[in-house]
Order: sequence, then structure tokens, then C-alpha cells
Amino acid sequence: MNSKNPAVRALVTALFWIAVVVILFYVLFPFYWALKTSFTSPARLSAEALQWVPSQLTWENYRMVFSGQPFGRNLMNSLVVASGTVLLSLLLSLLAAYALGKFRFKGKSVLMYLILGVSVFPQIAVLGGMYTTIRALGLYNNVFGLMLSYMIFTLPFTVWTLTSFVREIPTELEEAAYVDGASPLTTLFKVLLPVMTPALVTTGLLAFINAWNEFLFALTFTSSNAAKTVPVAIGQFSGASQYENPFGQIMAASVIVTIPLIVLVLVFQRNIVSGLTAGAVKG
Amino acid sequence: MTTTPNPPPVSPPPASKTVSGQRVRGLAESRARVAMWMMLPMLIVLLLVAGYPLFRTIYLSFFEYNINSAAPPKFVGLENYWFTNEEGVGLGILQTPEWWQSVWNTSKFTIFSVLLETVLGLVFALVINSKIRGRGLLRTAILVPWAIPTVVSAQVWNWMYNDSYGILSQWGQKLGMLQPGQSFLSNPDTALTALVAVDVWKTAPFMALLLLAGLQSIPSDMYEAADVDGASPVRQFFSLTLPLLTPALLVALIFRTLDALRVFDMPYIVKGNAPETMTMSIYARQQMINNAEFGFGSAISVLIFLIIMIFTVIYVTSLRVKFD
Repeated sequence: MNSKNPAVRALVTALFWIAVVVILFYVLFPFYWALKTSFTSPARLSAEALQWVPSQLTWENYRMVFSGQPFGRNLMNSLVVASGTVLLSLLLSLLAAYALGKFRFKGKSVLMYLILGVSVFPQIAVLGGMYTTIRALGLYNNVFGLMLSYMIFTLPFTVWTLTSFVREIPTELEEAAYVDGASPLTTLFKVLLPVMTPALVTTGLLAFINAWNEFLFALTFTSSNAAKTVPVAIGQFSGASQYENPFGQIMAASVIVTIPLIVLVLVFQRNIVSGLTAGAVKG
Repeated sequence: MTTTPNPPPVSPPPASKTVSGQRVRGLAESRARVAMWMMLPMLIVLLLVAGYPLFRTIYLSFFEYNINSAAPPKFVGLENYWFTNEEGVGLGILQTPEWWQSVWNTSKFTIFSVLLETVLGLVFALVINSKIRGRGLLRTAILVPWAIPTVVSAQVWNWMYNDSYGILSQWGQKLGMLQPGQSFLSNPDTALTALVAVDVWKTAPFMALLLLAGLQSIPSDMYEAADVDGASPVRQFFSLTLPLLTPALLVALIFRTLDALRVFDMPYIVKGNAPETMTMSIYARQQMINNAEFGFGSAISVLIFLIIMIFTVIYVTSLRVKFD
């Protein structure tokens, strides 16, 4: 773009903006298509499926998702499971991250390798063992069973990320508290916790997104709507009859679960990018 | 000062040597004890959700165990992995064509999706790295496909691929790539490619973000120096940007490879247990949950675990991940 010739420069700029438009179209088109479909009435869907603009907007699909399906219940389950998982993971990993980030002891790097190892566990590798364990504990088809099983991917992630955050907190803060005779727990909750709020928000958010989106465990460890989460409900969506084409409703349900995530992404855009790259670069 | 994580002084003043030496050692010990207690809850939970189930999966892989039958698990050693009966029919996983088909499908899926995601992600990253107005907005837009549930992206594409009402099938038919009434998904030859397209759409933007971070860590004065030397943009890309970006590229590449190797949700939602798109994880779950064959299914899981672990070890050693 540093050419002296104005014609070349204009051409490069034009090409560049074309690239921007193409990327935006590529990324956003499926969303537009889902949104458009979700506002097309079921009766007109066959006729208008391929039209770029719906002739009439309707909330019918959104109403039907909640009246014909236990979708409200599914949403509640997802909310409970994802927030429960995140809160538990953050609490457990906050304690662990303080120890791993600020204390020296033997076997620490072995432990860190182990946690890293767990974070790459293919979920399928524990599926069989987890299934029998959850049945034995009486947690099959139960939100607590899901929370417990989700820890396998949220916990290593939160421990890992929080540890790298704890390490960057200046030691002077902790020392001052220690000189004043504060116990490690008091130091953690009174001195470090306030400093760590942004880190906790970022880490919690990413863990929440992962838990909210999880499919394999939710599919395998639930059997009825008592514990079924939204991804499973959307994955198994069926219309009132087998001849009905329920895609309008599926798209409406998809839009409903996606909106909270888009809002979170918009609000915390900066934190997400920094959290992702911090996690990625440090392992 | 005794609380700093630095090692104790190498040569303390001779007069107070024993006293302060003991104090430092005592303190280090008590801090190690405290650390142990603080990590204990996390370690117990990890043991319960990762250690024990993994152990149990490995254990079950040596048994013949149908969870729907009343028969107790029967120890069969390595027969789930390799077993030839009297008629010479191979019944172990490693002798099963379905398993090798799933390995082949997963490999193809991994290679093509990771390759395309990397190239496309790099292009995206270069575009959003330029100083343009609305860069923040663009960055948010490309975060969205990453954040939405896989289930949602699978269903949205499922709809776009629908044979009679899907926009993509319509395009394919108009371009003459498909017969009328056919879709990329219903055609066994293109089904896997169609799934790769979904995965690329969902993750290329995420790749772009990781690479963007790498691009931004390259000091801008290097480009200024290259400009002064009269290096063309293409030349700058290949002899400056690409080499400096390699570490970030490698990390992103390996992350995506591990993800692609264990892929389950998207192909499962779009194509179910169809053999032409069956991945290793789908095959394992089919045997375990649909067929209730816990021993056989566990053995498949163990194989997947081993494959992923081999890749992880390569990752950790090649990148020399360091702690502390």
C-alpha cells in the first residue's frame, strides 16, 4: 500500500475493501439466513425458503418454541448447569491458582503438566467411565451430574488461566498482608481477590460459553427434559408431526440461545480476546 | 521479604547463618503445606471427573460387557482390540473396517479443515490488522461464529444444505454441481467436504483472532526499516511477517488439530451415525451408548485417547512449554 502511483494505491484500497465486504458476508450470511427463517411463518416456509427477504414477519415460531416444546425448561437447565459449573470451577481454581502461582513446592511442574494433560482429554475417552460413575452416584438425568462432568473441561482451563494471572500480581501486595499477620486464606480473599476481578470475569465468561455450548455429555447423561439442556433440545428438535418441516422453530430456538452469547461477546469483546490469547500463548 | 518466591539467599551473613537458615526452611515447609491444602479440593474433583473415569474406561476395555444384558462383565484381555474367531473372522477393533473408515474420515476432516482454517484465518487476520475504521466492529463480527453453540451452527448449515429448501443446494444445482433435488450432504462423495465447510466457517475467524495477537506483537519499526530498504509488501510478508508469526501459527495449528481429531457434535447433528461421515468419537459413542457394548466402545475410546496423547506430547515437546 506504499506505492507512489495514485491509481495503484486506489486499486489496492478498493481490493482491500472488497476483501472486508467478502469476509463480513461470509461470516454473517448464515446468521442472516437463520434470522430470516425464524421470522417466516411455518405455513409459508416451503414457498419462501429461498427468498432473500421474507414477505411478512411473524413471531409464530418463537411462540411455538415455548408452547409446543419444553424449551423454557431447557433454557433454565442450561442456565443452572453453566453457572453452577462456572462458580464451582472458579472457587476451586482460585484456591489452587494462588498456591500454584505464588507458592514454591516440589512437584509443581509435574502437577501443571497433569492439569494441561487433562485439558486436552478427549471427552469421549472418559465417556464410558463417566457414564457408569454418574449412574452409580444416582446423578443420571440430573443437572448436578452434568455440572460434575463439565468440570473435566472447565476446571483445567480455569486453573491454568487463573494461575497465569496470579503470577503477574506483584508480590509486594501479598507480602504486606503477610507482615500484618494475615493468613493465606485471608490474604487471598481480602487482598488478591479484589485485584483479580477482571481475570475472574474473563475466565468465568469463557468457561461459561464452553459449558453453555457443551453437547456430548448433555446428550449422553440426560434422558428427559428434567435435565436436558438447550444444545441437546436443539440437536434433537422434532416437529409436531414427522411431515412437518420444523426448521422455522429450530432457527427461532437457535436465535434465542445465541443472543445471550452475542451480547456477552459484544460487552466483553476486549476481555475475551485477551483471555483467549493469554490462554493460547501460555499453553 | 521472606515471603518472596525467590530462593533463599545463597550466602547469608555468617553470624546468623543457622538461625535464619532454619527460619527460611521452616517457612518454606509451612508454605508448601498450605499450598497442598489449597490445591486439595481441586485435585480431588479432577481425580473424580478425569482420573477415575479414565481408569474405568481403560479397565472396561478389557471386558466383554453389554450394559443392557444381565450378564456380568467378562474379562477378555485384549480381545476387544484384536480377536480372530475359529472361522478366521477378525472381530477386534483393529480388524474392523468401520473403525478404519472412521479413522480415515477423521484424518481427512482434520487435514482439510485445519489447512483451510489456517489459510483463511491468516487472510482474515491480515485484513483486520490493517488500520481501518470499524476494526473493532469487524473483530466482534468474526468472534460471533466462534461463540455460538456448535449445535446452532450445525442446524443452521443443515438448513442451508436442505435438499429442497436449502439455499446452498439451490446454488449447487444452479451451478451444475448437483443434480436437481440433491444436496451436498445427501451425496456421499461430498458429505465430508460439506462438513469441513461448516467447521471452517465456525473456526477460521477464531484462528484469525489468535493470529491477530501474533501479528500485533511484531514491532512496527521492523516494517518501517523494511520500507526504508524498499522491500515490497509481498517480500515483507514472506521474509518478515511469516517467520515472526510462526510460533503463534504453530500454537493455533496444534490446538485446532487436537479439536478436529476429537470432533463429535457437528457431524453427529448434521449426519448422525452415517458411515461416510462417521468420526472416531461418533463411532465410539455408537458402540457404547447405542449398542450398549461398553467393553468394545471403551476400547475404541482408549485408542482415541492414545492418538490424542501422542499429538499432545509432540505439541508439548516441540513448543517446549515451560512452567514457572
